[in-house]
Amino acid sequence: MTTKKEPIWIARELSKCSGCRKCEIACSLFHEKRIWPEASRVRVFMLVPGAEFPHLCSQCEDYPCVKACPVKALSISKKTGAVLVKNKACIACGKCIDACPGRIPHMHPTEKHVVICDLCNGDPQCVKVCQEGGWNVLKKVSRGDRPFKLYARTPEEITRNLALKMYGDQAEEYL
Amino acid sequence: MILGYAGKFLEVNLSSGKIKETSFDDEILKDYVGGRGLAAKILWDRLSNKWERVDSLSSENILLFLTGPLTGYFPGGRICVSGKSPQSNGVVGSTVGGEFGVELRCAGYDGIIVTGASEKPVYLFVKDSDVEIRDASHIWGKDAKRTVTILTKECRELLKKRHPLYGEWKEPSLLYIGPAGENKVRTAVVAAKWSHAAGYGGYGAVMGSKKLKAIAVKGTGPLPDVADIRKVKRLIQVVNNNVYDNDLWRRWGTGSGGYEVGAKTSSEPVRNWQDEWHDEKSFGVDQFENRVWVKQYWSDFGCPTCCLKVAVVKSGKFKGAITDNPDYEMQAYLGPNLGIFTPEKNVFLSSLIDDLGLCGIQTGNVLGFAAELFQREILTKKDLEGIELKWGDAEAFSALIKKIAFREGIGNLLAEGTYRAALKIGKMKNVDVLPYAVQSKGIGIGAHGIRSGKDYPEIISYACSVQGGDHTSTAGLPLDSGGSELMEIFNDSGVYCNFNSFGIPRNLRFDFYEAVTGLKLTREEWCSSKALKILQLQRAMLLLGGPDLKWNPKIHDDNPFRFYEPLPSGPYKGKATDKTAVEEYKNRYYEAVGWDKNGIPKTEALQKLGLEEVNKTLEKLR
Repeated sequence: MTTKKEPIWIARELSKCSGCRKCEIACSLFHEKRIWPEASRVRVFMLVPGAEFPHLCSQCEDYPCVKACPVKALSISKKTGAVLVKNKACIACGKCIDACPGRIPHMHPTEKHVVICDLCNGDPQCVKVCQEGGWNVLKKVSRGDRPFKLYARTPEEITRNLALKMYGDQAEEYL
Repeated sequence: MILGYAGKFLEVNLSSGKIKETSFDDEILKDYVGGRGLAAKILWDRLSNKWERVDSLSSENILLFLTGPLTGYFPGGRICVSGKSPQSNGVVGSTVGGEFGVELRCAGYDGIIVTGASEKPVYLFVKDSDVEIRDASHIWGKDAKRTVTILTKECRELLKKRHPLYGEWKEPSLLYIGPAGENKVRTAVVAAKWSHAAGYGGYGAVMGSKKLKAIAVKGTGPLPDVADIRKVKRLIQVVNNNVYDNDLWRRWGTGSGGYEVGAKTSSEPVRNWQDEWHDEKSFGVDQFENRVWVKQYWSDFGCPTCCLKVAVVKSGKFKGAITDNPDYEMQAYLGPNLGIFTPEKNVFLSSLIDDLGLCGIQTGNVLGFAAELFQREILTKKDLEGIELKWGDAEAFSALIKKIAFREGIGNLLAEGTYRAALKIGKMKNVDVLPYAVQSKGIGIGAHGIRSGKDYPEIISYACSVQGGDHTSTAGLPLDSGGSELMEIFNDSGVYCNFNSFGIPRNLRFDFYEAVTGLKLTREEWCSSKALKILQLQRAMLLLGGPDLKWNPKIHDDNPFRFYEPLPSGPYKGKATDKTAVEEYKNRYYEAVGWDKNGIPKTEALQKLGLEEVNKTLEKLR
């Protein structure tokens, strides 16, 4: 894979997601040393079959989650631009989830802290498996200047868009 | 405890409402692994003393949802559904793809054992160790898509209410039945994700007989610990790379088969198997791809293949139909088998079958059978209550499909599946219609014929299988070859998708098993003892039969009559199955698996495998 100038970003083309969840597998193997879908920093939602998509941090320009943290457990990586969680400092209050326009962070299923994509310190594992399989839903690019916040949408919003795109009006019945 | 297992099973008695956790000795798990193998063991232990008397659709039957140690690790997640089959009266390991098995293991369970029957419709909601039986009266009668929509919402709301700080909850994984299962139609499926199904066996009817509409599972834990995670990662990569290099099923799924299995290998059911050849280019995969596929790569947990494609009809008479692919079996059975060669008609019927919770293979089989009887004027328009069941008429077939799902009129008879319907219609009309029933031991033959000799099944594949007409579990020799039923037993017991095992190094699946469990298992040990034990248990229960039907190997270890008729057209015109060759191969097969000349497992073979109790029980059949 070509090296991208840091900081980086993960560009996404959600409607191509196969729902294979290899991103969840790779993410949890990297961060938790085991296959653990609920502890994965990228989570594939399937609220409507066929309309699967990976839900992961989009590193908003103004980082509302970081601002909302009452205990300064969240910080921004200078190197990658990722939101980093200080697990020990985090009090699992959920303020960052409420601050996120896409409600993307979620609690670690067994530990008392939130989990947020850390861009694997510049080498995102989810991107590797997605590219290797030829799905190319996730792609590593240089961060540049983009409207990152646009991509922080709730699972319901994204599902609605994808389902209507795939199934047309009748998708309303499945939402 | 053996690595790779969650270590406990959930046992739910729907009669009493009692829920408990149970476990199995390591020795049992070592021998029977999981999924299909463990299902055979559990059913034998709990029901063999009364097997012949157990009505599969009564509360006495046990319904099993079992994973295996490889579920979630070997790419391509599945779950195995089993119990006493309302089709064969034996045991079928019926697997369905999706996330359910993985989710269940992440919830801390290797499987769910359901006994008894509820009085009112219920569904089971599992969130890790919180398990509850919930009212399902509001979804009883609902079709697949509505059931999934309602339960997905309802369960996510429950999770949110109970765990408000967690963040957004992903959907729970669901297994459910449609109206056909509720109405105990013997060709009903246990379904997942709108269009995935555990079809063979007819376990949707068993679920319906227990008034169990669905199971929803959310597991938040990791998959069980394995012996060597680095090796597991490496082996996953080998499986993935093998698939990435071999593009056939990735690119087209099995959707190229609808044209090619007919045109190239002359082994596709055409008009109830009256032919197996066609050259209808209107049914080419390009037509499906360019006209109805809206998602080219659709996958289940961890699967590199993505053999599924989402198909939607967006205009015309059949607008609104949604299904996957259809895959080859649905293409064939709801296409050429019914004289249909138009993608939109095929998607329409496949979508209807999904919505009603029917099996496209078994229902397609019985539809073809009925249409041939109409062609032969054995069944009349009056018998069919006004339906003119002409080949190629998708609307006529859709009308009959609905009658089957709701057991209305003639549908009530056809809902019994091809074999039972044939016996009844034969009596009703005083004509032997069994020659038109293309099935083996109550299970319609998968859409791969044997007459041309150009497809993968062999002349005894269905005749000697312990799962009858199941095209994913075919019998053949040598026993340690890829064409042996014993290898399918491994896939269905480790519980992963056999599609990801084509073309992998010969012993990789056993290396995988060792990397997960830490237990050494050679191909030889599997084929000469463990798999054989499972095969013998399945064979024993199949032969013991049920209150309505029993099989006599001398008559029923055979191909459907149709396979002895010559192919009427195409490049293999005139070819038929050679009866003498079948008898000869069958005898060699019996010998290899330790069955006597009447097809009953031999005393010494059973004793050698430590199955003394099976031997004693089978005494009455000898």
